[in-house]
Parts: sequence; C-alpha cells; structure tokens
Amino acid sequence: MSGFGGFLLRRAVGTVVTLLAISVIVYVVFYATPGNVAQITCGPRCSPEQVHQVAQQLKLDDPLYLRYWHFLEGLIAGQDYSTGTSVEHCSAPCLGLSYQSDRQVMDIILTKLPVSLSLVLGAMVLWLVLGVGTGVLSAWRRGRFTERVLTALTLAGWATPVFVIGLVLMIVVCGELQLLPFPQYVKFTDDPEQWAWNLLLPWLSLALIEAAAFARLTRASMLETLAEDHIRTFRAYGVAERTIVGRHALRGALAPVIALNANNVGSAIGGAVLTETLFGLPGIGQELVHAVNVVDLPVVVGMVLVIGFFVVLANAVADVLYAVADRRVVLT
Amino acid sequence: MSEALVAAEAAGTGVEPVPGASGARQFWRRLRVQRAALVAAAVVALLVLVALAAPLLTAIEGQDPTTYHPSLVDSARGGVPIGSLGGIGGDHWLGVEPQTGRDLFARLVYGARVSLGVALAATVIQVFVGVVMGIASALGRGWVDQLLSRITDIFVAMPLMIMSLALLAIVPSSFPRPVLVTLVIGFIAWGNIAKIVRAQTLTLKGLDYVSAARLSGWGAWRIARRELLPGLAAPVITYAAILMPVNISIEAALSFLGVGVKPPTPSWGQMLTAADVWYQAAPQYLLLPAGALFVTVLALTVLGDGVRTALDPRAASRLSVGTGRRREARAGKESEAKAGKENEARAGKENTA
Amino acid sequence: MSLVQVTDLTVEFGDLRAVDGLSFQLAPGAAVALVGESGSGKSTVASALLGLHRGTGARVGGSIEVAGVDVQEAADEELRRLRGAKAAMVFQDPLSSLDPYYAIGDQIAEVHRVHTRVPRRAARARAVEVLDRVGIPDAARRSRSRPHEFSGGMRQRALIAMALACEPELLIADEPTTALDVTVQAQILDLLHTLREETGMGLLLVTHDVGVAAESVDEVLVMRHGRVVEHGPVGAVLGSPAQSYTRELLGAVPRVDMARAPSQASEEVVLEATALRREFGRGKRAFAAVDDVSLTIHRGETVGIVGESGSGKTTLGRMLVGLLEPTAGEVRHEGHARAGVNPAVQMVFQDPVSSLNPRRSVGESIADPLRARGERDEKQIRGRVTELLERVGLEGAHYDRYPHEFSGGQRQRVGIARALAADPRVIVCDEPVSALDVTTQAQVVALLGELQRELGLALVFVAHDLAVVRQVSDRVAVMRRGRIVESGPADEVYDNPQDPYTKQLLAAVPALDPQVAARRRAARRELTAA
Repeated sequence: MSGFGGFLLRRAVGTVVTLLAISVIVYVVFYATPGNVAQITCGPRCSPEQVHQVAQQLKLDDPLYLRYWHFLEGLIAGQDYSTGTSVEHCSAPCLGLSYQSDRQVMDIILTKLPVSLSLVLGAMVLWLVLGVGTGVLSAWRRGRFTERVLTALTLAGWATPVFVIGLVLMIVVCGELQLLPFPQYVKFTDDPEQWAWNLLLPWLSLALIEAAAFARLTRASMLETLAEDHIRTFRAYGVAERTIVGRHALRGALAPVIALNANNVGSAIGGAVLTETLFGLPGIGQELVHAVNVVDLPVVVGMVLVIGFFVVLANAVADVLYAVADRRVVLT
Repeated sequence: MSEALVAAEAAGTGVEPVPGASGARQFWRRLRVQRAALVAAAVVALLVLVALAAPLLTAIEGQDPTTYHPSLVDSARGGVPIGSLGGIGGDHWLGVEPQTGRDLFARLVYGARVSLGVALAATVIQVFVGVVMGIASALGRGWVDQLLSRITDIFVAMPLMIMSLALLAIVPSSFPRPVLVTLVIGFIAWGNIAKIVRAQTLTLKGLDYVSAARLSGWGAWRIARRELLPGLAAPVITYAAILMPVNISIEAALSFLGVGVKPPTPSWGQMLTAADVWYQAAPQYLLLPAGALFVTVLALTVLGDGVRTALDPRAASRLSVGTGRRREARAGKESEAKAGKENEARAGKENTA
Repeated sequence: MSLVQVTDLTVEFGDLRAVDGLSFQLAPGAAVALVGESGSGKSTVASALLGLHRGTGARVGGSIEVAGVDVQEAADEELRRLRGAKAAMVFQDPLSSLDPYYAIGDQIAEVHRVHTRVPRRAARARAVEVLDRVGIPDAARRSRSRPHEFSGGMRQRALIAMALACEPELLIADEPTTALDVTVQAQILDLLHTLREETGMGLLLVTHDVGVAAESVDEVLVMRHGRVVEHGPVGAVLGSPAQSYTRELLGAVPRVDMARAPSQASEEVVLEATALRREFGRGKRAFAAVDDVSLTIHRGETVGIVGESGSGKTTLGRMLVGLLEPTAGEVRHEGHARAGVNPAVQMVFQDPVSSLNPRRSVGESIADPLRARGERDEKQIRGRVTELLERVGLEGAHYDRYPHEFSGGQRQRVGIARALAADPRVIVCDEPVSALDVTTQAQVVALLGELQRELGLALVFVAHDLAVVRQVSDRVAVMRRGRIVESGPADEVYDNPQDPYTKQLLAAVPALDPQVAARRRAARRELTAA
C-alpha cells in the first residue's frame, strides 16, 4: 500500500515542519520583542542582580538564532541551568524555567494537563454524540416539526458564547435549582464518580457550543449527501429508507464531519480556557490566564508551544482519519 | 468558537461558480424573500445605530460610561447597588454597576461600539490578508503556491484564543487595547478565508471564459481584476458574514478573561467577568450584556445564513427532497474524461473496458 | 399481458409539465427506446415507471402498470418489492450512481439481499457471478474494489450487473452510454444485446442518440416536449419517418458514411505544429498527454482531430492556440514561431455554461477582443458586435442580455462571435457541439461551415464524435494516447481505414439502419476475436 504509506509519510513530514515553524514564530515573537526580555522573564519583583542572572542563564548576549538553537536543543535533549551555586537539570523536553514561581515550566504544565485533558476529552465525547445525533435527526426529519425545533435550538446554541452558557448553567443549576454543587475538581484517581459529577457542568458548557456547530454541519452534510445520485440508485432498488440514511447517507456525510472534529480540538481548547476560568478548574487554560496576567513569559511561551503541539497533532490525525474514511483523498 | 467548522461550512458552498447570476439585483431579490434574514438585518441595523449614536444616547440620559458613583453602591455590603433591581431609576435607566457605580446603560451602549467595532475591523483585516494570500497562492508559480500554502496552514493551525492570550500579555498596556485586540484577531485568524479564496481562484482560473480572456489578448492583471475578483465576491462575502459573529464572540471571550478590552473602556464580555457573583442583587448586570451578546451573534448568524442562501440558491435547494442532481447529458462525458484522464491514461486504459 | 402498460401519463414539476399524456406498452421480452432531445421528458418517464417521483413533490397522473404492479396505487412496501426485483434501472453516470465508500460486490450483494433474504455469503457469491456475467475480468477480486478504482466502462458494466442480480423482467436503461467513449459504448450495447438474448429480459432504453436506439431495440418512440411524436418499429420510423419533427431529427444526425462537399483549401499554410509534446505530472508519475504530434493546417480547410477520452486531443487543441506551453516541439503561425496566445488563432470552447462570463452581457463578452486590441470608440464597438451577432444568427438587440437568458446553442453562437471578433485566421473548435442537442448541433455546424467559406478561415475541429467530424472535415487525424495513429483526407480515412484502432473506432459507431447495425456488431465481434 505504498500509496497510503507515502501519504502518511508526507503528512508526518508536514506535521514536523509545521511544528518547527510554529516554534520559530513563537520564539521570535516572544523573545525578540523590544524591551528588556530578562526583566520581563524574571518578573516585576526581581532585583537587578536577579535580572542579570536571568540574562546570563538565557544567554541573552548571543544572537537570536543561536538562542533559538539553544532553545531547540533544550527541547530535544534537556538543558542545565546554573544558578551560581548549584546546577539545575531540566530534562527533555525542556521548556525553560518559570522564575516567578520558581519551577520548571514543564513541571507546571504536567501538573495541570490532566485536568484540561479530562475536560476536553470528556466534552468531546459529549459533543460528538449530541452534535452528530442532532444533525442526523434533523436531516432525517427534514421539513417536520422536530426539525424546526432542533434547528432553532442549534442556532441558539451556536450563537451563545461559551462562557455565557457556563454562567447560566452555573447560576441555574447550582444556584437556583441546587441540583449540583458548585464544581470543584476531583482527581479521577481519587474518586471517579465525583470526578464525573463535578465535571458534568463544565463538560456541558463546553460541549453545547461545539455540539451546536456540529449539528449544523452534520445536517448540511447529510442533506447534501441525500441529494446525491448514489442515494437515488439505492432507492431505485427498493432499499428501505432507514438503511439508505443509516448506511449510505451517513457514511458519506460523516466522513468530512468526523475528520473535522479533530480539527476542531484547537478551537475547543480556546473554549476550555474559558470554561476552566469560569468554573475554577485548575487546568492549563486557567494557568495560562494567570501567567498572562502576571506576565510570566516562560510559562506563557511554554504553554503556547504545548497547546500548539496538540493542535497540530489533532490536525494531522484529522487528515489521516479523513484519508482512511475516504480513500480517494489519498490519490491527490 | 469552532472556527474550523465555520470554515468548513462556508467552504462547502462557495467553490462552484454560480451560473446565471446577473449579480446584485438577483442577490437582493433572493435576500428580500427570506423573512428571518430581514428581521436579523433590522436587528443588526438597530445595533449599529445604537453603537454609532452612543454619545447622543448617553447625553440624553445624562450619564457617561466611566464616571464612578460611589454613593450609589453600598460599600458596607460589598458594593451592592442601592435601590431595587440594581438601582434602576430616572437617572440611571438600567441601573448601575456594582462596586463602581458606573452607569449600566452607558456602558452597555458604549460596549456596543467596542464589540461591533472590533469585530468589524478584525473581519476587514482577515478578509484583506486572506484574499491577498489566497490569490497570490493560486496564481503564483509552483513554489510560491507551496510556500504560501504552508504558511496558511500554519496560521490555520494556530489556536486563536491561546495565541491572542499570549500576545496580549506581552504588549505593554500603553498601547490602546481595542486596537490591539483587533490587530491580534485580524492577523491571526485569516487562514481559513485564504484557503477558500485560493480554492475558488483555482477553480475560476480553469474556467473557459478566463481562457477566452487570455486569447483576446488581455494581460494577467486585467484578467485577475475583471474576471477573477468578481467571482470571488460571493464566497468572500459569505465567509465574512460568518466571521463577524465569530469575532464578536472572541472579543467577548478575551475581555471576559480580563485580557482583552480592559476597564475603563466598556465591553460586553468584560462586564460579564464577575456577573455571576452579583446575579441576586442586580440580575440585569448579567442578563443585559449576556442578552446583548446573544442577540447580536444570533442576528449576525441568521443574516449570514440568509446572505449565503441569497448568493448560492443551490444551498437552499438542499432543503427540498429530490431524487438526484440532473446533469448535462453530454458534458458529463467530457468532464468525466477530464477528471479521469490522468488516472486512466496512466493506468494504460485498456479498450476492453 | 404486457410487461409495461402506460396510459395517459402526465408528470408535473411545479408549473412545468415534463410529460404530457404519454401512452405506450411493452411486451415481455421486447425492447423499446424512448428517443428525444433534452427536455423531451424521456428520463422522467423512465423514473416514473419505478415510482421514483413519489415523495418528491411532483404530480403524477395517468396509469402505470409494470410487471403487474399498479405503480400509482401501490403501497410503499409493494413498490419497494417492484424496484430491482421485477424492474431494475441502470443510470447514466456510473461514477456518481454507485456508493464511493463501499466495495462494488458489497453493494450488489446488499441489493440482492433486499429482495431475496439469502445469507451474506450467498449474496456475495451472486455478486461475483453477475460481475463475471457482464464481462468483468477477475470478478472475485474486483468485487472487493471500490467504484473509483474501475474505469468508466467497467463501472457501467458493474451497474448492469447490479441490475441483473435479482433477475428482473424489465431493464430500464437511462442514457446508459452517454458518458462513455464510442468503443466502450459499443461494448456495453453489445452486452445488453447478449444479456437480452440469454435471459429474455425486456428493455426500455432512454437515449438522445438515435443511432444507439437503432442498434438495440425493436420499437422506437420519438418524444418531444413530453409527448410522443411518432412511434413504431425501429426500421420503419428511422427509415421512413412520417412526422416532420422525426424527419428533422433524423436529418440533423450526422452520418459517418456521408461524403462531404469538396473543400476549398488553398496551399497556404496557416498553422504548423512540429513534434509537439506535452507532459503532465512529475517524476515517476509523469506521462505524455501529447507525444510527437505534427500537423499542418492550410487556409480555408477544416482539419478534424478525432479521438476518445484520454487521447490528448484537448491538450493538443490548447497547445495550438497557445493556452498551454508544449514541453517540446513548436507551433508556427504563418511562418513565425509564436509562444503564448495570438489573436489570430482563436478558440471556440465546449461548455456553453463556462465559456461565457455569467456576470457580463454577451455583447460585452464579444467586445472583449476588440477592447483588448485598443479599440475605444463605443459606437464602433457596438456596431461591430451587432454585426457579429447578426452574422451568427442572433439579434443586435441581444447585446445587453446575459448568458443565462440564452440556450446552449445560442451561447455557442456567442462564443463563435467572440472568436470572430478578433479577426482570426484560424479557429480551433474544442468539442464545440458535444454539449448540444442533435438539431442544434446541425445548426451550429452549418454556421461554422458558412463562416469558413465566407471568411476563408482555417478550422481545426476537435471532437470525439466520428460522424460530426466526418461532416465537417477535409482532412482528419485520428488520435490515440497522445499520438496520431492515422491521418489523411477524410474520405480516405473513413472509407478505407488502415490502422486497426481506426477500424475499431469506425466499427463502434452506432448506425441508423438496423441492418447496418447488425453488420457492424458482427464486425466488432470479429475485431475483438482477432
């Protein structure tokens, strides 16, 4: 299957190139900006000696490309930071040190990652099921009352910003109706049931928007597929309508939609930032907002890179999924 | 916000050329028929009016969005507005903001300026950059196309929210915030529209009437201007109509996080930052900006749908049940030949097919 | 008892009456063709036989009885039982008519199981059986391939196999060969003929191509505007048509064995192509669409370039005009080597839809070459365009109308006017009439002939339809896989072909006379056996 293998190889190479390019852009944008990089990195409360030390560690005297090269080296092989008295080893992939919180950036990220992953992955399941289900249903029942209601609902869901839905949910469900307590994150390893209950509202608020968008897309895709010639063929052979929709139309309509889902992870991450902030979940998004507010540069850069990595990966997965679903793509 | 899905939605409609459109007149006629879109257009027009007339409206009320009125809030109780329903009265038509006592109506109305203005400006930037990149990519030689497409892909992959957050962090506060937010959104999220423009330009490039223009003796510039750009109008407008509500939501989200438009400049998203805390005492503090956002995004989305249907009626005909697309009987032969030509000639087409 | 009995059928889509009081019947095992131009309603009739208009909003009146089932009154369940099991339909475009995501064998098996409830394994075996029956080599393996992995002709065979799977009494074929090359078309028609002989199936063939009808059926119904104009045994209707429309239709059909009026070519060479070659793709996937083609075109003559899809004729046409750069070789115009476009060499395009800018009026499109030349005087421009419009058979008042207000044939005329506006010496016509109805075809071809005589133009006529090319050309070149396999004066090439491929092409052309058709079929069988 050299065709498909070749395709995978090309996509893999493309992904690596994209990641590299992003890392260059990010590095240049953040570390080449005017202003005292060392000052910003160290933070507002640093003394001049500390700033000087930071400047040394970051080798700010070196030209930009050399600094980027060090950065890349650190990413792949780890780096050692000398703090005058001791040497701190930052193992690969090394994203630098956060001077303001006195920890390694990768450390910070790894602590917060499980929360965000729980949020995003759980929401993804929800929005796939809800969104695709709604979309298929509204295409199947087009013209009838059910469809109109669903269309109106999805429109409303699509139009409401994520945090507004979250706010409303929180106020209504936790405040007024008191169905659930205000969410607090519980680790999955500690108590799976509580983990799920607490994440329910955040999952819903994140998922509803994406579900609405998915429903719209699925519906449009289904309608388009249902109008195609091969559907007509199977009708002309007496295949039951249910089979036509479920087996033939669905496959054709879903191929682009499902592949797009992985693509969508990127924008969902944005929504996750909002949801975490709103519900006070200690995830990457909330940490990023905090870092932005105190201007902790290494953390900000590190997070952007990590998140960018996931997004690019998700895009690549989407491409591959699409090719698997629709072999014709491989020929191009 | 699901920019990727938005892109896919728009991309699905714009790529085929619509034959038989005598342009603007047909478009308006088709738009006028859709009542939902007309209502939405009216709402949008109203919002724009409110935004433009903000100074006038607040002058009538006699307030402004930034003055603190500490006397109107009860600092003993944490800043709750005095008076029923958050201090609604003749002086302050919609009450005051908790803690600061700023006039809510004024903030709301000026907030419309920010939301609409930022979103519009960002959309303009995205369209401009996207169109330039898309056309350059489609018309350029092989390596130019490769390079520009690669760059476009990178920008498509960049998560808007994250990058915006990060960028907004490092720029000093002396730079005017709304402008900054506009620039950030505009210059990061143009990728999808570039892809659409590129795809459409490639399609148009291959059309016979463009070849005919070449045969007439016209140069490349003239052809690009007279034949290609008009063909791009439809998909670009369609996509821009979808971009608007998305950009409004993004700006609101950034302001909500405290990173976008910062006080004292009002923004609807910013007003929601702590709204849940004050819900009991001053419900309108939550409901008004949330409602405003909802209505704005909804109206723009419905209008966008209407615009898309008006530009490409086949998108609407998807709603009617049919037994299949009709095709030009003989054109099918040659077009299948063209499409399959490369593969078949390569496979060494046997005549015992 | 008839297999099909249709009485006073009417089908309306909104305001449009596609079928207006049609009646006919089909005896078991018989073959009938519905012949008509586009818009005649023939496909609508075919779809109505299976009740495919149900639920689409179309209004169907009259009575339709197929294999004993009253299609109008039948319950949904009964209708489903009819479709595929008693009457099966084969559609026009096999690529889009099959599900691209599933293997062909699976699709056939699925259809089989709808009607017979056999276990999956048996259904798949049946699929392989019918695929083999329609002549697909290595059927067991191919049954696991997806539609896009098949060539056009094989896909159509697969569609026919699907129709055979449930052993229907009636086969309805809606333009089954329109999307295929002429040699492949002949094979498919031969296949249908053989299958009918073997199974005794009835056949309802819907086609715009009169020759295709002559080959395959016993009885013909000529349709126009939703009504039957004439019907009867195929030999009678085609040999001595009673109605004027039928006569007009038949008169417009180009014949491959008709000699042409003597040419008016002069010795002067207007366009010369030497060793042209054009490659596409890179590296391992590179292939030559045109390979070592040389042509000379003289003033006042028409050179026909005929070939099937993939022969490279369109690529050659574009190189002659300068729209495409040759990878090797050169094109000389009146002695000068010219790279790129040249107003003296113009083109008329195939697709009437995409050849005119939909946002400009036709007058403006025609005026384009004038403006490009630098002409600024509006009155001059308008005058010249009006002159051209009238010359091609339209009216000066059409200047300000838009392309969508015209029919396909009229749009082609506009395209010709635009080509003339540049005062060319050579016009390359790339399939100029393939997208048109037969009667319109004849008109446009006649127009081109008139213009050539009047203006002393040289024409290069690129087409796949052998009969049309015969009608217009003085000299002919036959292309296959990028090369010219045979060339010479039209009469010689057509009446006395040397190359085996040319012979194969000519043997594949459908004939209007059933006896000639039978002879050609025998000849085809010989050629494939050889």
